[in-house]
Amino acid sequence: MNAYQEFKIIGSRPIRPDGLDKVTGRARYGADLNMQGQLYGHVVRSPHAHAVIQSIDCSKALAMEGVLAVMTGDDLVKPGNEMLGSGEGAMALKDLVPMVMSQGKVLFHSQAVAAVAATSPELAAEASEAVEVAYEVLPVVTDLHKALAADAPILHDDRFPDGYPDEPTNLATHISLTVGDPDAAFEKADVVIEQTYSVPMCHQGYIEPHACVARADAAGRVDLWCCTQGHFAVRHYTSAVTGIDAGKIKVTASEIGGGFGGKTTVYLEPLAVVLAQKSGRPVKMVMDRGDVFRATGPAPGAETKVKLGATCDGKLVAADVECLMDSGAYNGNPAGIPAFMATACYKLKDARSTGRSVYTNKPKIHAYRAPSIPQVTLGVELAITELAAELGIDPIEFRLMNAVEEGDANMMGASYKRIGLRECLEVARNHGHYKSAVAEGAGRGVAMGYWINAGMQSSATLNVIADGHVSILTGSPDIGGSRASMALMASEVLGIPFEHIHPQVAATDSVGHTDVTGGSRTTLATGQAVIQAAEQCVAEMCRRAAAEWEVEPGLVSWSQGAAHYGDQSLTFEDLAGRAGAMGGPLTFSTSLTSTSTAPGFGVHICDAEVDKETGRTTITRYTAIQDAGKAIHPDYVEGQMQGGAVQGIGWALNEEYLYSDEGALENPGFLDYRIPVASDLPFINAVIVEVPNPLHPFGVKGVGEVPIVPPMPAIAEAVYQSTGVRFRDLPLNPPKILAALANS
Amino acid sequence: MAVQEFVSPTSLSEAQQAVGDGTASSWLAGGTDLLVGIRLGARDPARVIDLKQIPELTAIQVDETAVRIGAAASAFDVLHNSDVPSQFPGLAEALNLIGSTQITGRCSAGGNLCNASPAADSIPALIANGAKCRILGPDGERTLAVEDFVVGPNQNALASSELLIELILPRPTPGTSDAYLRLTPRTEMDIAVAGAGVSITMDESGECTAARIAIGAVAPTALLVEAAAEALMGSQLDQTAIDAAVAAVRAAARPICDKRGTAEYRIHVVGVLASRALANARARIKKAHS
Amino acid sequence: MNKPLNKMAVQATINGESKAFLCSPGQVLAEVLRDELELIGTKIGCNTGDCGACSVLVDDRLVCSCLVLAAEVEGKSVLTVEGVANGGELHPVQQKLLEHGGLQCGICTPGVVIAAKALLEHNPYPTEEQARYWLAGNLCRCTGYDKIIRAVLDAAKTMRGGAA
Ligand code: FES
Ligand code: FES
Repeated sequence: MNAYQEFKIIGSRPIRPDGLDKVTGRARYGADLNMQGQLYGHVVRSPHAHAVIQSIDCSKALAMEGVLAVMTGDDLVKPGNEMLGSGEGAMALKDLVPMVMSQGKVLFHSQAVAAVAATSPELAAEASEAVEVAYEVLPVVTDLHKALAADAPILHDDRFPDGYPDEPTNLATHISLTVGDPDAAFEKADVVIEQTYSVPMCHQGYIEPHACVARADAAGRVDLWCCTQGHFAVRHYTSAVTGIDAGKIKVTASEIGGGFGGKTTVYLEPLAVVLAQKSGRPVKMVMDRGDVFRATGPAPGAETKVKLGATCDGKLVAADVECLMDSGAYNGNPAGIPAFMATACYKLKDARSTGRSVYTNKPKIHAYRAPSIPQVTLGVELAITELAAELGIDPIEFRLMNAVEEGDANMMGASYKRIGLRECLEVARNHGHYKSAVAEGAGRGVAMGYWINAGMQSSATLNVIADGHVSILTGSPDIGGSRASMALMASEVLGIPFEHIHPQVAATDSVGHTDVTGGSRTTLATGQAVIQAAEQCVAEMCRRAAAEWEVEPGLVSWSQGAAHYGDQSLTFEDLAGRAGAMGGPLTFSTSLTSTSTAPGFGVHICDAEVDKETGRTTITRYTAIQDAGKAIHPDYVEGQMQGGAVQGIGWALNEEYLYSDEGALENPGFLDYRIPVASDLPFINAVIVEVPNPLHPFGVKGVGEVPIVPPMPAIAEAVYQSTGVRFRDLPLNPPKILAALANS
Repeated sequence: MAVQEFVSPTSLSEAQQAVGDGTASSWLAGGTDLLVGIRLGARDPARVIDLKQIPELTAIQVDETAVRIGAAASAFDVLHNSDVPSQFPGLAEALNLIGSTQITGRCSAGGNLCNASPAADSIPALIANGAKCRILGPDGERTLAVEDFVVGPNQNALASSELLIELILPRPTPGTSDAYLRLTPRTEMDIAVAGAGVSITMDESGECTAARIAIGAVAPTALLVEAAAEALMGSQLDQTAIDAAVAAVRAAARPICDKRGTAEYRIHVVGVLASRALANARARIKKAHS
Repeated sequence: MNKPLNKMAVQATINGESKAFLCSPGQVLAEVLRDELELIGTKIGCNTGDCGACSVLVDDRLVCSCLVLAAEVEGKSVLTVEGVANGGELHPVQQKLLEHGGLQCGICTPGVVIAAKALLEHNPYPTEEQARYWLAGNLCRCTGYDKIIRAVLDAAKTMRGGAA
């Protein structure tokens, strides 16, 4: 059970410590730092989506006055088969280097091929036009099925996935898992639904473009400032891509203007470092918005075939999920995750899942909030809803009859501990929204979602200041209020006011290794490190008080920010002020690999109304329900739920990568890549359910990713209910809906 | 190349001098198209001539017969003028839709017109209201109907040294109102997939005595659909007449398929929009009558 | 190849202070604010008028500073997010954004602060719908706008003196 049963400050909503800087414009983001004497880097990008680079001639550019350095892929390491990182961040070096800069071959439009550094941004842009690149243009393939066809242009003739030892193929990965005997189980099913669903490639759509500044000194040391979800990962990757020892690289994480998984890698950083080394001057690089869309991050498009079987009594008996996903030009193995997690919400003894990832001439995909799960969940949840309808069972009821609970195993073989899925479903069933009548002409959809939630490595250092304040250093970039959560947790343990705690995101040389802010892990794992550091502080303060009172340390207790023994007490401030005389500075560092993670579950209810004459959909009411374990700062838990839901709404309705036949992105800007705007939406009602995580001292579960999982199926179902036409192919934009209505 | 020169004339004659020497120049009103064009490499003027210091070009004047909107007057100023939105609620709808509050604060009806995007929101509304363009050139002035001013996608009828001075809208006669509607996937921050502007006049008996219907984003330029207007003339705006007008609108549309919508979709929706805009205009007239 | 850059001298009131700066004729205001005047609170998310992160007021008019030439503000008054708080006292919009958790990453926040301030000066009684439409040009990818809109409506209430 959790050590802390009752909370004094956890669960309250104080103003975040970094808030003032952010509302007054003082906070510094990636592009907000200038170094003295800096140059400006500019990337030369390929105008072709598939080509062999025959030659690159930088001499004209380098001859320009004010141009101090040029570089190409030859200035980066030649990757072999090295693997980088672990867990969610794991990737092969040969899949990372070409995303930074191509080496010999271009596999997607706008791939970096060279870079220049010059004394002004305009000059750098001009110089990059003077770089002469000769290409042999090759045929392009952007469609998943065409990429697998026998006559498809092959992106990598040197890669062979398991099971395909010698035929060249664009199949990047293929994984298949079976539990029980699904074929036999389908035989026993009374109702079977089998359908194919598809979701387009999309982008994380963070508002802040990638940006960095790098400086290199004569001794080979590198100082790098950038916006990232993980500066330790940036150090690791930059080292791997440039060959510079990681120990010589210091990375400082700026404030970060959104990431959603897309800023867990490097694009510009190694280029800025190489250009800084070559020129001897600091180099700043800021990515153009169009290039953010064209050359970073996309989340994979996918096609999922779902077959589900149930018996008349409402029991789900078999599942077969086949997922085909777009990996882009390099291997991001997008289909690996859904193979394991597609049916994670359901009790299933007999199930099969298959995932195939395919190479296409698009940027390599990257993590986007619950990577790959929203795509496959669209199919599973819509099929579940269809199954419930066939059986004449209420969709929430049907889910309750089959939802996983403590002790059930999933496709990964692990069995769930205390999870909150059933609780969320019950809250949904009893919610005013679900009980209310659906407005005339509108429809209502319900869907649920799962995310595994990461643990990984975190560190924290707690320094007690003589006046009784505390500084906390962590290595987790704060994307959505995590410093507030860290301060709340420290305040809870120490018993001192929230305002006396000063959390900071420390650079790579100032705190222990910490993995990326991603996988919904920061409040859980970095929070755990902070809790442990605070607990060590309390123990040491009790020990010092005991020494002063000449009693056994075990007899001293800690409460309300003070050590107590009998009627004697020493406050936190006393002990902080006298630290020098009582044993020296009070500094506590903890590092851990968190094993306390618990999966997250959520249920969303969506009302939508379709204008039957134009096919335009309006979301009229939306409720997101989620198990947070324990909400440390409820505002930022709700914020994750609301923001994730709206990203899902955007993906469901309008967001979509559109490629020309030549493989150029046709909508590389916020005008035509349509993320939702304020007037598109109603309030997103967020309902936090708290089923404490028994493995975590405060009961925390990750919350960041689950909320993007249920929206697509919830909306598709609501659209069906509004129109009477089932949609299985997203996005549900007006032309598509109208065309389907016309055909029905 | 980059912009080499920024000039800010304070009179029409200064403006004419500024454009006279052959340097590639662009007029700058609100800049919401020009500066994006420069940024994305679609426009490359060496000289930018700001028009907003020329009083005639930012003025909005209302007299007995007409409303005159200076070519560089911002949409925001038009929308907050004491007369224009009440006289031309449809034009106001169109101007309000051009972009975000930030864009409306800068963009001008004149600039939207000169940019001549097939999907521009203000153009169908201007055409529906019979707006005319007053143009100043080295050899004097000329006047052109808006529907003749736009000659192709992003092409207008101005010679390189000519300047659009103002838009002249005849004041609506009693029993007249207008309306503009467009379809975009989002509610805001979007480009019309199709748009329809209408202006109709109804007498006390409810008979339609005048009509102009213009459509946008369904052809290389915004179109005035005279056949649609004819279908309404003399009718009570009954369903048969509206259906005929809608059919005429759809027949006139000749859209392309692109990333913003299919041709088929655009043809269908422009009819829906025209029919709804007619209903809105009629409701406005009824309200004024009552 | 390297042409002499003809810089223009511009004089304007920036956040209440008279300032002179040099800019090239084609340079946009956002860039000058950030790079010449070190007002990095104005953010650049797109440079094409589509995200609102660069929102500022020019003579009290809400605009995207990426779509204004710096030379255009000659003699005008510019307000950026840095000038919104009155000394140590936050504007109600800033205070309410903090209280409601109306920001996550905060990159959109300066633009939202400026745009919301302009809204409330223009319309002290905005409805939810009016606030949503007014702020439609301020993209936020983190919050789903829920807490931003609540904060803005609450700020309106505060500015009206607590009246409904
Ligand atoms: S940076 Fe100006 S609107 Fe995006
Ligand atoms: S808080 Fe991140 S974009 Fe708005």
